[in-house]
Amino acid sequence: MKILVTLKRVVDYNVRVRVKSDGSGVETDGVKMSINPFDEIALEEALRIKERGEAEEVIVVSIGGDEVQQQLRTGLAMGADRAIQVSADGDVQPLTAARTFLKLVEKEEPGIVFLGKQAIDDDANQTGQMLAALWDRPQATFASKVELADGKATVAREVDAGLETIEVDLPAVLTSDLRLNEPRFVKLPEIMKAKRKPLETLSLEDLDVERAGGITAQAYEPPPQRGGGKMVESVDELVSELKSKGLL
Amino acid sequence: MSRVLIIAEHDGENLSPATAKTLTGALGLGVSDIDIAVFAADPSGVAEQAAKLEGVTRVLTVQHDDFEHFLAARLAPEIKALAGDYSHVLMPSTTYGKDVLPRAAALIGVNQVSDIQEVIDERTFKRPIYASNAIVTVKVDEGQPVVATIRTASFAAAGEGGSAEIESRDAQAEDPGHTRWIKVEGGEGEGPDLATAPVVVSGGRAMGSSEGFDIIYSLAKKLNAAVGASRAAVDAGYVPNELQVGQTGKIIAPDLYFAIGISGAIQHLTGIKDAGTIVAINKDPEAPIFEVADLGLVGDLFELVPELEKKV
Ligand SMILES: Cc1cc2nc3c(=O)[nH]c(=O)nc-3n(C[C@H](O)[C@H](O)[C@H](O)COP(=O)(O)OP(=O)(O)OC[C@H]3O[C@@H](n4cnc5c(N)ncnc54)[C@H](O)[C@@H]3O)c2cc1C
Ligand SMILES: Nc1ncnc2c1ncn2[C@@H]1O[C@H](COP(=O)(O)O)[C@@H](O)[C@H]1O
Repeated sequence: MKILVTLKRVVDYNVRVRVKSDGSGVETDGVKMSINPFDEIALEEALRIKERGEAEEVIVVSIGGDEVQQQLRTGLAMGADRAIQVSADGDVQPLTAARTFLKLVEKEEPGIVFLGKQAIDDDANQTGQMLAALWDRPQATFASKVELADGKATVAREVDAGLETIEVDLPAVLTSDLRLNEPRFVKLPEIMKAKRKPLETLSLEDLDVERAGGITAQAYEPPPQRGGGKMVESVDELVSELKSKGLL
Repeated sequence: MSRVLIIAEHDGENLSPATAKTLTGALGLGVSDIDIAVFAADPSGVAEQAAKLEGVTRVLTVQHDDFEHFLAARLAPEIKALAGDYSHVLMPSTTYGKDVLPRAAALIGVNQVSDIQEVIDERTFKRPIYASNAIVTVKVDEGQPVVATIRTASFAAAGEGGSAEIESRDAQAEDPGHTRWIKVEGGEGEGPDLATAPVVVSGGRAMGSSEGFDIIYSLAKKLNAAVGASRAAVDAGYVPNELQVGQTGKIIAPDLYFAIGISGAIQHLTGIKDAGTIVAINKDPEAPIFEVADLGLVGDLFELVPELEKKV
């Protein structure tokens, strides 16, 4: 079985993103970029599945300009076997990404496609569900535990009510939540080795993907800032402040 | 003509407050026709509750034994089948809406607007990106349906007083047979619901253990508050995952929020930025939580929290 893992290049989660002063977007120049944290978790899980002997090959995929090769190389250094860059410029919305992944699914016929539950730049939380719809296969989103047996995956999902367990037939789309695992650190020799692993480049046109837009960003603004608060010296003062605000 | 379809969230007996909040978002569109669809094994009770909400035109019930539990693969084609008559299809931005609606959007053939926090007009919305470090205004092209989730923390629940008609519709799709619901664990916690409670007491990594969390539960009980937690506290196993507040947990807007032993990482703050009053207790005067707290108290939480409990 092959596992396809999608890696999106995003602003590192430690960076405090700022809106450009003219409101035309967010400042990304010179900002540290990384693999979307959820995607790193998805890759870690795929690698563990392979290490348990339940999959033969892990393929990492990213859509974007040549800069995404950095994240693909990191994925290879973590242990993926090969990488595919689908070159595309401009805004790739979730449905376009899902259509692209569907083309790769048709080509590679994986048993699992593992995505992150959401990209921490657009916070859309759509692509995995969309791919599952277009592929007409099961989805198990927000996974915090995955077990494979007899062509099925049993997945514990983080939902508002607690932990939900569902069982899906493979092939299926899975999306990772934060508590699924803790991704490994990449060691230097692995980075050297990763340079020799295959990285194929295709384009949206090669794959004959029809772009789906339909939603246009008009303006960006910083979130309203909460007014600076007040420090109190004691529990008594805290209680009387809360009482004077009518909160107690 | 614009018509709105809201897919109800419920547990088989009770309509979730998330649906009443989604309705408030829909009312902001200024559209006169708003229908709520209830998919359920026995929709009657939930449909009656939906029909009472102020501003609802029609409640559509779709009965099928398959709808005992919600599986996206089963529901998405049903939503697509119903959606044909509507300009807008909305769900709350809960884990249920997040799981189901993008699947329906892909079948309909459009991108979804996730997490609307403000309605500008019928096709223009504000939504948070980059863990709410930026707010983007997006416009959906004319001629395509608006498929969107509503950020419940940004809208108050619609009131009661309506009396919408209830009509039944037939299920249109079949069980694809590849996905099976097994069980759900959790949710039997006592006290008010975290998503809607007016007062929330949250503890962080500093609680140190699940026993350490007892003082949080105890204060919450005294205040009739819900208990929440940071990711670090959930990861460490002090409390179950459904208590996590933040970018990847619950986004809440209580009138009063206590952040106790929580540093105030941006991913946590995202979950509480609409809270009325934020109280922070932390031993580190430099903790970022104090930059957003309305009332801050520096000190050891293991002394301050029991004292607070006595004095409230
Ligand atoms: C993609 C992504 C998504 C995330 N989503 C979320 C999310 O949804 N929610 C979330 O909360 N986090 C989330 N995080 C994690 C977040 O970045 C922080 O790591 C986390 O919020 C830290 O939790 P904490 O404040 O409890 O722990 P810490 O940062 O360790 O803070 C503990 C605090 O307790 C104080 N303290 C210690 N002892 C005492 C004492 N005796 N008395 C008083 N104060 C004391 C310390 O001064 C410190 O400020 C996410 C991270 C990533 C990468
Ligand atoms: N351009 C992209 N390249 C690689 N993966 C992507 C891309 N866009 C979305 N994804 C995947 O889809 C997941 C969900 O993204 P989103 O729906 O945008 O929140 C991400 O965690 C990625 O795994």
